[in-house]
Amino acid sequence: MWDYIKLIALGLVAVFAAIAAGYARDLAYQVNAVEVMLVAALAFIWVLRTMGSRQPAAENEYFDGVIRAGVIATVFWGVVGFLVAVVIAFQLAYPALNFEWAQGYLNFGKLRPLHTSAVIFAFGGNALIASSYYVVQRTSAARLWGGGLGWFVFWGYNLFIVLAATGYILGATQSKEYAEPEWYVDIWLTIVWVAYLLTFLGTIFKRKEPHIYVANWFYLSFIVTIAMLHVVNNLAIPVSVFGSKSVQLFSGVQDAMTQWWYGHNAVGFFLTAGFLGMMYYFVPKQAERPVYSYKLSIVHFWALIFLYIWAGPHHLHYTALPDWASTLGMVFSIILWMPSWGGMINGLMTLSGAWDKLRTDPIIRMMVVSIGFYGMSTFEGPMMSIKAVNSLSHYTDWTIGHVHSGALGWNGMITFGMLYFLVPRLWAREGLYSLKLVSWHFWLSTIGIVLYAASMWVAGIMQGLMWREVDSQGFLVNAFADTVAAMHPMFVVRALGGVLYLTGGIIMAYNLYMTVARKPRVEARSVAAMPAE
Amino acid sequence: MDYHLLREFADSWFLIFLFVFFIGVFLWVFRPGARKTYEDTSAIPFRNEDKPASSEASGSRRTPQE
Repeated sequence: MWDYIKLIALGLVAVFAAIAAGYARDLAYQVNAVEVMLVAALAFIWVLRTMGSRQPAAENEYFDGVIRAGVIATVFWGVVGFLVAVVIAFQLAYPALNFEWAQGYLNFGKLRPLHTSAVIFAFGGNALIASSYYVVQRTSAARLWGGGLGWFVFWGYNLFIVLAATGYILGATQSKEYAEPEWYVDIWLTIVWVAYLLTFLGTIFKRKEPHIYVANWFYLSFIVTIAMLHVVNNLAIPVSVFGSKSVQLFSGVQDAMTQWWYGHNAVGFFLTAGFLGMMYYFVPKQAERPVYSYKLSIVHFWALIFLYIWAGPHHLHYTALPDWASTLGMVFSIILWMPSWGGMINGLMTLSGAWDKLRTDPIIRMMVVSIGFYGMSTFEGPMMSIKAVNSLSHYTDWTIGHVHSGALGWNGMITFGMLYFLVPRLWAREGLYSLKLVSWHFWLSTIGIVLYAASMWVAGIMQGLMWREVDSQGFLVNAFADTVAAMHPMFVVRALGGVLYLTGGIIMAYNLYMTVARKPRVEARSVAAMPAE
Repeated sequence: MDYHLLREFADSWFLIFLFVFFIGVFLWVFRPGARKTYEDTSAIPFRNEDKPASSEASGSRRTPQE
């Protein structure tokens, strides 16, 4: 019965998508409609062919298939995102790489949102969904709720990414940073996200442990807050149901404030709270000892979510935003030092008594460096939110350097550690193919990040100082183009840092592939299981 | 229920509520007996790595943790 409803729904979606493609008012909408039609048709065929032969879910096993798919997607999108990153870094250093024949499609302006969405939402998002499904099942001692709904979340989310990416290249964007997808893609993501919330909450509801482990609190706050941010920041009226263009509900400074309330909390809850959920599970597992202080982890959680939500206005210092609002944002950003460093200390001290593992285990080394970068970027961020510092740093590449020490160092490294931990377990393999390659990956990425952050500090501070330099008559000394010319060497160094990071990512993909292809299977599914007591 | 009414409420009672809740969390965490509970909770990742709990009999539904 349920299958018939699915078939009818998928058939209707395919037909309506075909009609929409026919009436489309712009190319991006047309291509997106064709993509939806193809996906619906493929899903239709799949449901039809497997009707009656699909096995019911085994309640005495964890739902790991969707996590395996999520791990593969994470690695794939990671390498794609890093590749686009390297391309645009070289485009900035050598503008001739904005080829004439690709103008309007593959120039920096089009590829930049493709890069940010690929690394944040495709790489980071798939990593968060996969790892949250792994963690919530293990720490609830229950199979993922919702039967096949987890598969809907995985495929739906990746369809969202493909729709967004093709839309950007063809010109569908609402020009909001990190919220570029247009209205119909936003609606689709909302549906997928509600399904994600249901699977996650449903698993927590049927948990067999009396308490909810702290990692789940962080994951849950990430899911709930992203839902709220996404809906409010994307309030828009489409110009036509057959076109991608929409008009924002807010305008002017209200729109700017809503955007940066969204933008900063996307950093706070997507890239921080979600990944802290990862930290609170995978660091104790890899170190084989419980988190340093569970009390601190609870204080960390509540302090982080109470304070982060107010920090957004620091993106709008010295703009039309009222002074009190930007001061409020600055003050809360500075208070954020406390929970951020509390969390960092909690993560690092989990290794107390096991520091010797740093010498032998490159995976724990990756996790420790990641927590170190978390501490560094959460120190740098509040400092940059101070108005006096911001007047120098804002609109310069210092901001870009700060973001990347957080994204490459904290998010990237903890995700790599998580992937190296998960792949042997998910595919029941006896450990990784090569620890030596993990070490290579570790050093390439670390050196890459150092090159990136250092060159952007120099470029940013130099640019800020050049902009404010005045001569004895009070005239500005430098034209904008002078600062760009002066930054060229730093841009080249940054691109080389990116090449190192991309190389590390490719080595990881090879290593993980060989782990699954070459390492012998273990019979019992426990790889490095701890005794239950 | 116009904007100003909501704004008044947000600036006064709800602000107090949030502040008390925030301080309350800190006090709650250090309540007597918390240590034992948290020792058990922080050991959750080291249980049930391979299979959901209480699944010896196939298809058995939820049973409370001992």
